[in-house]
Amino acid sequence: MDKQVMKGVFLNGVFNENPTFRLVLGMCPTIAVTTSAINAVGMGAAVIFVLTCSNMLISLLRNFIPDKVRIPCYVVVIAMFVTVVQMVLQAFIPSLYESLGLFLPLIVVNCIILARAESFAAKNSVLPSMMDGIGIGVGFTAALTMIAAVRELLGNGSLFGISVFGADYPPALMFILAPGGFLVLGLLLALINKIVLQREKAKEKEPKEKTARAEEVHE
Amino acid sequence: MQQELILSGSPHIKSTQSTTRIMLDVIIALIPACIAAVYFFGTGCLMTIALCIGSAVGCEAAVQFFTKKEVTISDLSAVVTGLLLALNLPANVPWYLPVCGSAFAIIIVKQCFGGLGHNFMNPALAARCFLLISWPVAMTTFIAPHAGVDAVASATPLGILKEGGDAVPGLWDMFTGNIGGSMGETSVIALLIGGAYLLIRRVISWRIPCAYLGTVALITLLTGQPGMILFELFAGGLMLGAFFMATDYVSSPSSPKAQLVFGIGCGVITMVVRLWGGYPEGVSFSILFMNLLTPLLDKVLRPKVFGEVKKVNE
Repeated sequence: MDKQVMKGVFLNGVFNENPTFRLVLGMCPTIAVTTSAINAVGMGAAVIFVLTCSNMLISLLRNFIPDKVRIPCYVVVIAMFVTVVQMVLQAFIPSLYESLGLFLPLIVVNCIILARAESFAAKNSVLPSMMDGIGIGVGFTAALTMIAAVRELLGNGSLFGISVFGADYPPALMFILAPGGFLVLGLLLALINKIVLQREKAKEKEPKEKTARAEEVHE
Repeated sequence: MQQELILSGSPHIKSTQSTTRIMLDVIIALIPACIAAVYFFGTGCLMTIALCIGSAVGCEAAVQFFTKKEVTISDLSAVVTGLLLALNLPANVPWYLPVCGSAFAIIIVKQCFGGLGHNFMNPALAARCFLLISWPVAMTTFIAPHAGVDAVASATPLGILKEGGDAVPGLWDMFTGNIGGSMGETSVIALLIGGAYLLIRRVISWRIPCAYLGTVALITLLTGQPGMILFELFAGGLMLGAFFMATDYVSSPSSPKAQLVFGIGCGVITMVVRLWGGYPEGVSFSILFMNLLTPLLDKVLRPKVFGEVKKVNE
């Protein structure tokens, strides 16, 4: 597999098919764990690991899994890696394990991971599948961190646990509660949709503008 | 932009009312409440009111300027939103509450959804809830009336009822507004004058306020507290909500039957929160919730077209 294709698969996961902002998948962990940037990065890292490993294994097994029972098989594979992550976190980073709480085991039923298994790993060979896992995982982590940074900054006056605005800042508690999560997610989605639309328009306009300019010169 | 179709059947009535005139009427109707606020809580109220109105109008102008739309601050709708928000705040809030609240009301609730006529809930109330969730301490620290510069914290009558403590204030004090609470909600007499003005000017119909207040009274009666009817009617933000918030043109239904259901729904939710909920007061939640049901109510309970015959089951 050549480098160009691998790069394309990776960038596709981060931008074009960004799970949070473009596919709008995995909203439950997105709202729940983005109360602080550290939680978001932790969750993202766990998903990168699980997604890469599960994509790899499912891609390896894709010719052996019977079509009718493929979803249960995927879930078993995913659950195995989630268990690994859970045990590692519990042993080495208990604080993160505590704050992610229920949402760590819930990675098993995270629709992003199932979706990539179904739509990518089951149809592609091992290396691109792993690359897809990394790309989607990085995209997910970046999106979560963006949301969490805004929420933590407004709702707690800090970023990655470090106070930014000083002790006098009166935090707007709503932003670290669920309604603030929806609000920030919605506003960021709107912003990103606007950027994407503008870029698409600019692409369409480019050749037209050139001809328009040429005409102006004529006049 | 998709054109909204009007659901009412013919004949259609034309009137000389304009948005600006209606908004001006609402502002006039709110003046007694403002005077009562200044009388009971001091001139600091004027500062909060000015901040709210100023930042609401400023945000509206800024959003419309930057999105390259026509700047429509002269229709006074932003002024009304700012004023209503101010009257929903305690008298001595720090400066960032009015500013953030107005910005939330105008930018998020109103302009993000398409500006005047397209907001799906009352901007001032949504902003109040945003502030209540964000800064709960500042939003629930009420000063006692006539406290002067050395503000004395005072509980609202509903707060006392829910959490115990001092004796519940007398009905006369509640009627005139001599109690703790948000700036514009305490003086029932001032709000009734304003409400009566709006009814006489036909800016609002009687249906929503009457259905709302009637339901609250009825539920108080049915839960076996006939002596508390006036207390429940006078307490909290009920009068302000029933006359000025629930009757918002954009976010309340337009068909007569739907207006009655809307008012009854507000009353039921308010009383459920007051009697069994975690918060002492439920007026803002109830109106916001019914705002969300408005499109459905308008659709289900639309008036019959003249000459329409009920379908007969075959």
